[in-house]
Amino acid sequence: MSTPSRTSVASGTNPPSKSSAPGEPRRIAATAKPAVGRGYRLQWEQAQQAHVLLYPEGMVKLNDSAGAIMSRCDGERTIGQIVEDLEKTYDASGLTGEVTAFVEMAVAQKWLEVRE
Amino acid sequence: MSAVAAPRPGPPLWLLLELTYRCPLHCAFCYNPTNLAETGAELATEDWLRVLREARELGAVQLGLSGGEPLARDDLEEIVAEAHGLGYYINLITSGVGMTEQRIAALKQAGLDHIQLSFQDSTREVNDFLSSTRTFELKSRVAAMIKRHDYPMVLNVVLHRLNIDHVEQILDMADRLGAEYLELANTQYYGWAWKNRESLLPSREQVRRAEEATARFRERVGNRMQVYFVVPDYFETRPKPCMNGLGSVFLTVTPDGTALPCHAAKMLPGLDFPNVREASIGDIWYASPGFDRFRGDSWMKEPCRSCPEKTRDFGGCRCQAYLLTGDATNADPVCELSPHHHLITEAVERAEQAVAAGEARAPAVERPILFFRDHRSRDHRSRDRRNQR
Repeated sequence: MSTPSRTSVASGTNPPSKSSAPGEPRRIAATAKPAVGRGYRLQWEQAQQAHVLLYPEGMVKLNDSAGAIMSRCDGERTIGQIVEDLEKTYDASGLTGEVTAFVEMAVAQKWLEVRE
Repeated sequence: MSAVAAPRPGPPLWLLLELTYRCPLHCAFCYNPTNLAETGAELATEDWLRVLREARELGAVQLGLSGGEPLARDDLEEIVAEAHGLGYYINLITSGVGMTEQRIAALKQAGLDHIQLSFQDSTREVNDFLSSTRTFELKSRVAAMIKRHDYPMVLNVVLHRLNIDHVEQILDMADRLGAEYLELANTQYYGWAWKNRESLLPSREQVRRAEEATARFRERVGNRMQVYFVVPDYFETRPKPCMNGLGSVFLTVTPDGTALPCHAAKMLPGLDFPNVREASIGDIWYASPGFDRFRGDSWMKEPCRSCPEKTRDFGGCRCQAYLLTGDATNADPVCELSPHHHLITEAVERAEQAVAAGEARAPAVERPILFFRDHRSRDHRSRDRRNQR
């Protein structure tokens, strides 16, 4: 066996360096239905008090807003519905831009897949 | 600058279980200990299940099942099922030897998340030579199985002087096999690799060509495959932040139950590492001197202690410091600020000369390469020989 080498534990939602994920962000419609990407798993971790995204030999610890968005990406709800739910839950308005930008970044990272 | 006592560490997020040292391969670059005869009996199934439960309770979430060859354990499916029930993300790190349709289906059923398959090279000849077995075709079959059962596929190829010039073919092979990820991991020099370092260390030019080939490939395939090229640290001027600092994130349990803050740490002298047969994972992680020894920075010497980069690289790798300088509290000699950095540059210089001499002649191994054998491995070898006839 080789020494495990890619066992980094990333924090936050900053996209990893370009060399590991060459995807370009794409424009995504409000009717798109995002779901957690194939090969990734999203779960709540009690010990970290955070949602984490797990993938082969890696983990991304999501901040609160990224966790709130991703945990609603079930492949059933549209981005429009997710925004509506978030605005209601957090008593906020005008979240469309932030949510769309996050989903676009997450799709480029393959964290999310979009079903139109 | 004064030393700061280590704060209470976070949880051991990453758990690596080395289920067995048994392995049908005998790779010249293996990091496993070279004194296998001195290791104790393997843990029983119930012990592994208890380790999984205790570590998960502390917050462990990424699980590596490795070895040796983990498929040599016939309770692997049971261990995977328990880990899945507990909520781990489970990575199987395998040579593929011992994988069958039946087992891969049972592992899927049990909840295995991902399989990392190691290849030693893109060509049958080098693959089989480096692992001293005939396994290339078997590995190709296992790669197809991994695809059929819809696992994300990570291919891992350890690079060194004898195969680094094949990077282009290795990349094409990975693409043909449908890999989602390819790790081109340059050999790190511990265990067997350390003993074989003079034969395995590539030249600068070899590394540069391999990086260029990787960059061209990334350009060509785009998003289809993620390629990780792990630069050999001998060619760096700053050390790797090994294990994010010992005792901060990683916990390894060896086949006989010894708990280590890094899979190579057993070599460090004067440290007493606890055994999971005698202590809970909580006590091991939070209350054992072995895990605490290299936390914080009070153990550091100069130039690390007053270095502003110590919070980024933690002084590099303790095992490398020990192997090269004889003192695990020295700076990792990969760092150009280390007074021992010449030990690295001299090894690289010898590699340059050996490669230059080798390229003038036919490509050949200048020094005998050492392979490891134990009793069980020898059985596999003789079987392999029979199969060749």
